[in-house]
Amino acid sequence: MAKLINITIDGRNILTEEGRNLVDVAKENGFFIPSLCYFESIESPLGTCRTCTCRINGKFGPACTEKVREGLTVEVNAPDLKDMRKALVEMMFAEGNHICPSCEKSGNCDLQHMGYELGIAISRFPHLFKDRLIDYDAKRMIMEHNRCIKCMRCVVEIKNDDGKNVFSYQNRGNETYVGIDYNEEKKLTREQAIHAMNICPTGAIIVRGESYGMPFGFRKFDKSSTRPDYNTPVKSNNNKRKGKPKKKTIATVSLAGCFGCHMSLLDIDTELLDIVELVSFHKSPITDIKKFSKRCDVGIVEGSVCNDENVETLRAFREQCDLLVAVGECAIWGGLPSMRNSIPLAECMEEAYLNCVTSEEGNTIIPYHKDLPKMLDRVYESREIVKIDYFIPGCPPDAQHIWKAVKNLLWDENYSILYSEFKYD
Amino acid sequence: MDAKTASSFLNEPPRTQMLNRLWEFQRAKHYISDADITTLAKDYDISEIEVEGIVSFYHFFHRKHAGKFTIYLNNSMTSQMKGFNRILEAFERETAAKVGSTDPTGTFGLFLTPCIGLSDQEPAALINFYPFTNLNTLKVREIITKLKKGVPIEEICDHPKENIHYTTDKQPGIFFSDFKSGSAISKLVALQKVGVINKLKNTRLSGRGGAFYPTWMKWQAAADEETTPKVVVCNADEGEPGTFKDRVLMQKVPETVIEGMIACAYAIGASFGLIYLRSEYTWLHDKVEKALQKYRDKGLLGNSCGGITNFNFDIRLQLGAGSYVCGEETALLESAEGKRGEPRTRWFYPVQKGYLNLPTVVNNVETFCAATRIIQYGEDHFRSYGIEKSPGTKIISVSGDCKYPGIYEIEWGMTLGDLLDKCGAEEPYYIQESGPSGTVLTVDEADTPFAMFAEFFTQHIRCGGALTIFNKNRDILDILLNYADFYKQESCGICTPCRAGNYFIERKLERIKNGLASDDDIEELNQWSLIMRHTSRCGLGKTATNSLINTLEKFSDYFESIIQQDKSALNVGFDMEAAIRDYEEFKN
Ligand SMILES: Cc1cc2nc3c(=O)[nH]c(=O)nc-3n(C[C@H](O)[C@H](O)[C@H](O)COP(=O)(O)O)c2cc1C
Ligand code: SF4
Ligand code: SF4
Ligand code: SF4
Ligand code: FES
Repeated sequence: MAKLINITIDGRNILTEEGRNLVDVAKENGFFIPSLCYFESIESPLGTCRTCTCRINGKFGPACTEKVREGLTVEVNAPDLKDMRKALVEMMFAEGNHICPSCEKSGNCDLQHMGYELGIAISRFPHLFKDRLIDYDAKRMIMEHNRCIKCMRCVVEIKNDDGKNVFSYQNRGNETYVGIDYNEEKKLTREQAIHAMNICPTGAIIVRGESYGMPFGFRKFDKSSTRPDYNTPVKSNNNKRKGKPKKKTIATVSLAGCFGCHMSLLDIDTELLDIVELVSFHKSPITDIKKFSKRCDVGIVEGSVCNDENVETLRAFREQCDLLVAVGECAIWGGLPSMRNSIPLAECMEEAYLNCVTSEEGNTIIPYHKDLPKMLDRVYESREIVKIDYFIPGCPPDAQHIWKAVKNLLWDENYSILYSEFKYD
Repeated sequence: MDAKTASSFLNEPPRTQMLNRLWEFQRAKHYISDADITTLAKDYDISEIEVEGIVSFYHFFHRKHAGKFTIYLNNSMTSQMKGFNRILEAFERETAAKVGSTDPTGTFGLFLTPCIGLSDQEPAALINFYPFTNLNTLKVREIITKLKKGVPIEEICDHPKENIHYTTDKQPGIFFSDFKSGSAISKLVALQKVGVINKLKNTRLSGRGGAFYPTWMKWQAAADEETTPKVVVCNADEGEPGTFKDRVLMQKVPETVIEGMIACAYAIGASFGLIYLRSEYTWLHDKVEKALQKYRDKGLLGNSCGGITNFNFDIRLQLGAGSYVCGEETALLESAEGKRGEPRTRWFYPVQKGYLNLPTVVNNVETFCAATRIIQYGEDHFRSYGIEKSPGTKIISVSGDCKYPGIYEIEWGMTLGDLLDKCGAEEPYYIQESGPSGTVLTVDEADTPFAMFAEFFTQHIRCGGALTIFNKNRDILDILLNYADFYKQESCGICTPCRAGNYFIERKLERIKNGLASDDDIEELNQWSLIMRHTSRCGLGKTATNSLINTLEKFSDYFESIIQQDKSALNVGFDMEAAIRDYEEFKN
C-alpha cells in the first residue's frame, strides 16, 4: 500500500495515499471539483479543459494533474475560484454552437450538466458563432464540430484493433478541431464506436442509429443534481407581505423569437388569476397595447435582435422600464435565430426568398420597401443593444421559473427553482 | 549534413524524422500531397489523420501549392512600424499574388508570418527561407524582377547584420569576446561533474529563455536521474516577437552554444544532444551544422568527446516548421519527436521524462553560451560583471523607435533610462520588454534597473531579451490588436482559456477600436485577462494577456479618453449604420 499522507482541502485535514489524483481524493471526501476532460482510465491526465482549477499550495493550477503529496494545501471553494471555473464553462458555450433542444446528447451531456451544476444562466463572453461544417462522411459516426470542447479524450483513448488513432486534432489556435480518419473509423467495432460516443463529454461524436438508446427524461443527468438548492424548495415569504402589495406594471415584447416564451408566461393555469391581481400588463402582445403611455416597473424581453426595428423597440423598453429582464435563450444569446450568424446575410436572404423549396419559379422577389424593417448583419443578443438587469434561461423557461423570478424582483419574495423546473430538455 | 552520426548516439524511433520528411516534400513540390500523407502514415504506422494533424499544426507546411518562391512577410509590430503595409502592397503588385495564396502561374506564393527574428532590420521577409531585410518598395520590385529572370536566390538575398552595438563598458564583455574551440571542454575533467554544476550555482546562472529558472538546479536534477541515456536540448526556437539575441549568438559564436551543451552533457551524463532551430532561421542551419562538423572533426564531439574517456556525445540539428508555442520546452520536445507541438502537462518534468521520455535538460541558446563562458573564464570573471544577486550580463535585442536597433550586452543593474539613451530611443512612450508576453514600461520607469531579483531597489525589470520601443505616434490599440491576433493564431488550441480566450480578447479590443466600448468593457477585459493568466495550461496562455493587463493599468488615461464615460448609460454601444450596411448593399 502506498504511503499515507496528510493534505488539507479548504481547511479540512484529509488522510490519503500518496500519489493519487487530487480530483479523486477531493471527490471521495465530499468536495466537488468540476471536471470535463479528466477520465480515470487515461494516464497521464489530459489537463485540457481547465475547469478543475483550484489554488494548490497558493498557486492556481488544475487539480486533475496534481498528485497528492504530504502537506499539500488546496483551496477549492473560494469565490474567485468558483467564478473562474464557471467562466471556463461559459467560454465553452460561447465558443461552440450549442443548441441543446436539438442535440442527441442532451441529458447525457457532461458539458450541459456542468452548466446546470455551476448555475450558468448566461455566458459572460460574446458568442463567437464560428462557422463549422458537420462531418457526415464517416461510415458510422457523425462529427458535430460545433459541440466539441477539444477535451482530447477521443484523441488519446480511441484506437482500432490495428492500434491506430481514429481521431486527431487538426490545425491549431482558434481553428483547432478534431478530425476523424474515415478509413480507421471503418475498422472500429460497434462497441469501440459506442465507447467513443460515450467517452465524449459532449454531443460531438454521434454514432448513427445509437444515439437515442436511452429516451429523454431517463438519462444520466435528467433527474438529479448534486446541488442541494436545486432539490429542496425554499419556503416562500410572501405571506409575510404586509397587506396587499402595490400593483405593478409589466410590459412584454417578443422580438426575434417564436412566442414560445410568451406562451410559457401564460402557462400557469389558475395562478394566472393571482398574477392579474398583482400586476397589470401595459405594452404587450397580451394586451395589444402598441405604444408606451407610462413607465413600467418591469419589461420582459423575449427574442433576439435581428432588424433595426427590434433595436428601436428594445431601446424604447429600456427607456420606459425600471428593470429589464431577458427571458429565454434567444434574448440571452441569440438562440435559434442566431443560426444564421455564420452565414452571410445575402446568402440567407437568397435562400429564404429565392431558392427555398416553397418559392415559385420565376415568381420570386426579395421584398423591399422603405417601411419594412432592415435586417442587421447578424442576430444580436439583447445585452449588446441595451443594459439588461436579469436573465432567465430556458427554451422556453418554465412558467414557474419566470414568475418566481419576477415576483422576487418586484416584491423581494424568496424563491427556489427546483431541478425539475430548471431542466427543460 | 551528418544527422546519422548524431543519431547513432541515441536510438531515435523513425517517427522523429517526421518534420524532416515533411520538409523534404514541402521543399521539393512546394506542398504536401495526399500521397505524401499516405506514405508517411504507412512508414510510421500511424493513421493518416494523425499525419494531417501534424501538417496542419505548422504554418510553413502547405496542403496547396505555395509557389515556386514562397514569400513570408513578417507582420509583427516592428514591421508594421517600418512600413509593412506598403511592402505588402508592393509584393502583391509585383508578384500578382494575393496574400495567403499564389499568383495564377504558381511562381510566387505570398504569406504572412509573425516575427522572424530580424526586428532590427525591418521590414523583412523570407523567400524560400532566405532572408531579405530593410525592404522598401523599390527593393521589392528589384528582388521580384531578378527572381523572374532566374537569378539564383542565394545571390540576391541579404546577409543579416549582427548589429552588436554595445558589449558592456568593461572589456571584453562576456558573450561576444573571442573564443577558441575547446577552451571550455578542456576544463571539464579538472572540474568534474560537481565542479561544473557548482560553477553555475556560484554564478547564479538562470534560464535565459525568459523563466530564469536556476540552471544548476535543472542540471543537478537531471544528473540525479537514474534512467539513461539522457538528453541535452538547446532551445533555439526564439519566437518571442522582438527577440533576436539567440540568432546573433548563433551567427557570431555558435561554438559557445555547442560547448555549453557539451558541458551540460558531461555534467548530467548525457549521450545525445539536439538543437531545435526555428525554421525562420533555416539560413543559419548550414552555419551551425558546419560548426558541429568542425567539432566532430576535432574530436570534440562523438566518441570520447574532447578526449574524455567514456564520454560519448553528439548533437543533431532539428528544424521547426513555424509555430511559436514550440519554444515552450515541452511543446518543443513533442515537436522534436515528430508530433504536434502541444505543451505537456506538469505530470512529469522534462528532467524526469523529456525527449522520448528520457531525462532531458532543455536550455536556451544564451544559457548554454553563458555556461561556456563561465567555465572558460571562471566564475570570478563572470561575477565581476553585474550586481550582487544578478551577476553577469544580459543580451537585449533592441528594436522599434530608436536610432540604433540591434544587440546590447548590458550588465545587470543598468537602468532602463541608460539603455534607452544608448540605443538612441526616439521619444519613447510605450516600451515593451520581453516581447508581448513580457511587461509594458513607461518613461516614468527610466530609473528602474534590469535585474533578475530584487535587491537594493524595489522595482526591477527581469528582461528575457527584447526591448521594443514605441513612440507617441504609435497607436496603443493597434499594438494590442497585433498581439491578440498573434496569440489567437499561435495558441496550440488544446486548452480552453487560451484557445477561446484570445479570441474573446481580440473581439473586445475591436469593440474599443470601433469606439463602442464603455468602462464595463475595460473592466471585463481586465477580468478575462486574469482568468486566462490563472487557468491556462502553459506559459503561452498564462502570459498572453500580460501586456494588456499592464497597458490597462499604466495607460488608463488613454483608455479613458477613448471610451464612453457615462456610467449610467442604459444603451450599449451599437453601430446601427455598420449593422445594416450588408442589407443596404444587398438590396442595391
Ligand atoms: C510560449 C512559450 C514560448 C517560449 N519560447 C522560447 C524560446 O523561443 N526560446 C527559449 O529558449 N525559451 C522559450 N520558452 C521558455 C522555455 O519553455 C523554457 O523555459 C526554456 O527553454 C528553458 O531554458 P532556460 O532555463 O535556459 O531559459 C518559451 C516558453 C513559452 C511558454
Ligand atoms: S453537446 Fe451538450 S451542451 Fe452542447 S448542445 Fe449538446 S447537450 Fe447541449
Ligand atoms: S469530440 Fe468529444 S471527446 Fe473528442 S475532443 Fe471533442 S469533446 Fe472531447
Ligand atoms: S495555454 Fe495556449 S498554447 Fe498553452 S496549452 Fe493552452 S492552448 Fe496550448
Ligand atoms: S478536468 Fe482538469 S483540466 Fe480538465
